[in-house]
Amino acid sequence: MERKVAIVGVGQTHHKARREDVNMMEMVHEAVLRCLEDAEITIDQVDAVLIGNMEHFEGVNLSDMWAVDFSGALGRFGMKITTGGSTGTTLSIASYYHVASGLFDTVLCIGWQKQSEGDTTAGLVSATDPIWERASFAGAFGTFAAAATQFMKEYGVSEEHAAKIAVKNRQNGRRNPYAHLQLDISVEDVLKSRVLAYPIRMLDMCPASEGACAMLFASEEKAKKITGRPAWVAAAETRHDSPFIGDVPMFMDLRTLRAASSAAYKKAGITNPLKELDVIELYEPVSWAEIAFLDALWLTEKGKIRDLIDKGVTNMDGELPVNPSGGVLCTNPIGATAMLRVAEAAIQIRGKGGARQIPNVRTALATGYGGNWWSDVMILKDRL
Amino acid sequence: MEKQFQDIIVESKLDIPYSYYAGPIASRFYDALEKERKILGIRCGSCNRVYMPPRATCGSCFKEMTEWVELKDEGEVVNFTIVHYEEPIHPVKAPFAYALIRLDGADTAFIHLLGEVDLGRIRIGMRVKAVFSDKNPGNILDIDHFRPV
Amino acid sequence: MAETKPRRISYRAVLPFRYSAGRAASRFFAELRDNKRILATRCPKCTKAYVPPRPVCGECFEPLKEWIEVGPEGTLVGYTVVHFPFLDPLTGRERPVPYGYGFIVLDGAATKIQHFIEETDITKLRAGMRVKPVFREKRQGNFGDIESFRVVG
Repeated sequence: MERKVAIVGVGQTHHKARREDVNMMEMVHEAVLRCLEDAEITIDQVDAVLIGNMEHFEGVNLSDMWAVDFSGALGRFGMKITTGGSTGTTLSIASYYHVASGLFDTVLCIGWQKQSEGDTTAGLVSATDPIWERASFAGAFGTFAAAATQFMKEYGVSEEHAAKIAVKNRQNGRRNPYAHLQLDISVEDVLKSRVLAYPIRMLDMCPASEGACAMLFASEEKAKKITGRPAWVAAAETRHDSPFIGDVPMFMDLRTLRAASSAAYKKAGITNPLKELDVIELYEPVSWAEIAFLDALWLTEKGKIRDLIDKGVTNMDGELPVNPSGGVLCTNPIGATAMLRVAEAAIQIRGKGGARQIPNVRTALATGYGGNWWSDVMILKDRL
Repeated sequence: MEKQFQDIIVESKLDIPYSYYAGPIASRFYDALEKERKILGIRCGSCNRVYMPPRATCGSCFKEMTEWVELKDEGEVVNFTIVHYEEPIHPVKAPFAYALIRLDGADTAFIHLLGEVDLGRIRIGMRVKAVFSDKNPGNILDIDHFRPV
Repeated sequence: MAETKPRRISYRAVLPFRYSAGRAASRFFAELRDNKRILATRCPKCTKAYVPPRPVCGECFEPLKEWIEVGPEGTLVGYTVVHFPFLDPLTGRERPVPYGYGFIVLDGAATKIQHFIEETDITKLRAGMRVKPVFREKRQGNFGDIESFRVVG
């Protein structure tokens, strides 16, 4: 029987294209110190440290070993967890498991990436199957572009629809002091920006960022001592899909997210997510993906998510804001990106969102995405 | 009966350039190495250990370190090995010696090459001195090797 | 501490690999190289024919022993023309742009394969178009024996 677990501290760096002023491990340390400060505890009160990044981007394997002094892991329990784009949510979910199991009372998790120090697409190629797919793989944007043309045809979604998402998230990012990109852009700006791979334009695409995020998970007993505003974990689900990029029938119909969110809602006792969720932090690697992935969250009839979006439901002032932090489209240090979704959801529950705070957040949903077509879902509540 | 197909090997490679920000501590260390021919360590204000290579945080105390210590360019061999096989990544041609060297003033040892030495006469505890490179690769090989004194 | 300019430590990693293609791939590549035929493995339970072929059906967890021929023609399901050059770690150089890229369902297959598309004019491509593989003259027994897919009809 699992214990109740809450997030009681969040720390993140100010994400940028290049953090010239710190090396990888110093950057990790920054996020750790900020998290400890937020939780008002010292490192001695941490039982285990879980850390992860996507190692081929920096080409430093055993990255947990090199981080040990800086992550607080010296002499402590811990492990490295790396699952590609979903690294941050897997780390969060693993932290939850560690505490829920009763084996650890406080777990610190850290996700990070120093993207400019290697070559992003070349690094990503190393994650493809070398026997079948590596030679023709066209990068993340190539895959999403080809998926988007299929999506356009099947769902009747246009480039304008995608551009509106890009605008919404970048404008949201301007309220988030940690966001990498804080762009005052319009739909016209997006449609005029450089085509990377049709239909994906420069302004449709997430950036490559350098940054780190750290969170503290605690047992019920510890959580109540540490803070008056814990963000309780109501559900955590993971679903994976097939090994080759082309195995799933329809890319943008993210069946792993359908399955994971359905299971998460059941666990959290949610029957009408559109009404019962107050905010969503969704992992959207590209503007198009936000439309497709939202459709997988059972907010409305399948294929009809555009109606909600067009009505402004997912805007900052809408009924169910999506990505008030600016999302992945503003900040993408890959090892941290998925964790930032959970962290921002926790920030919303704890009322620490500042200019990006949505009023009265009691239930928040965070998703993580990784290749190929994997999904993680966490639901947080202000009470269990 | 299943026809036997020859096992196919797919030759592949990853050719990727990396360029790491050293951070302020390492940047200062390499500046001192290149411009002043000095080797710097860093001391923890809590436990007093002097670390070489220097780093921003003392792992044991989990505290920032700011006190720089100029180390002697001499120290002792803590441990060593002789490499007898060839590998493209090796900095010099085999056979050659790697050693863990603790410079006078430091509490930690670091790995470097031993040169100008009879490989058969290397001993633990042997005193060695840094020989700086006339090229400046901008990494730990700004010190070319350590030779016996 | 004096003001220090941020330094970068550079390192070029060239890592060679030799992957055992495995039994399914070895048979597939041999057929591609010798006979310009594309094979798939079919699941006895769910009847899905998989390309790339594999020894087990992920959904049914059944061993796959039945080989069938698929394609060579297929349908273009998703496509793009890539304009953004990036470093190809297989060559260590930027891949020249523009190039077409897409996902193809070969006739008879349940899954899609990803490959280059010969056409580089986006206005000439549409989801649903019929395509066929362009085989290299000199084939070596790997996926690159198919150079790209060409729109037909």
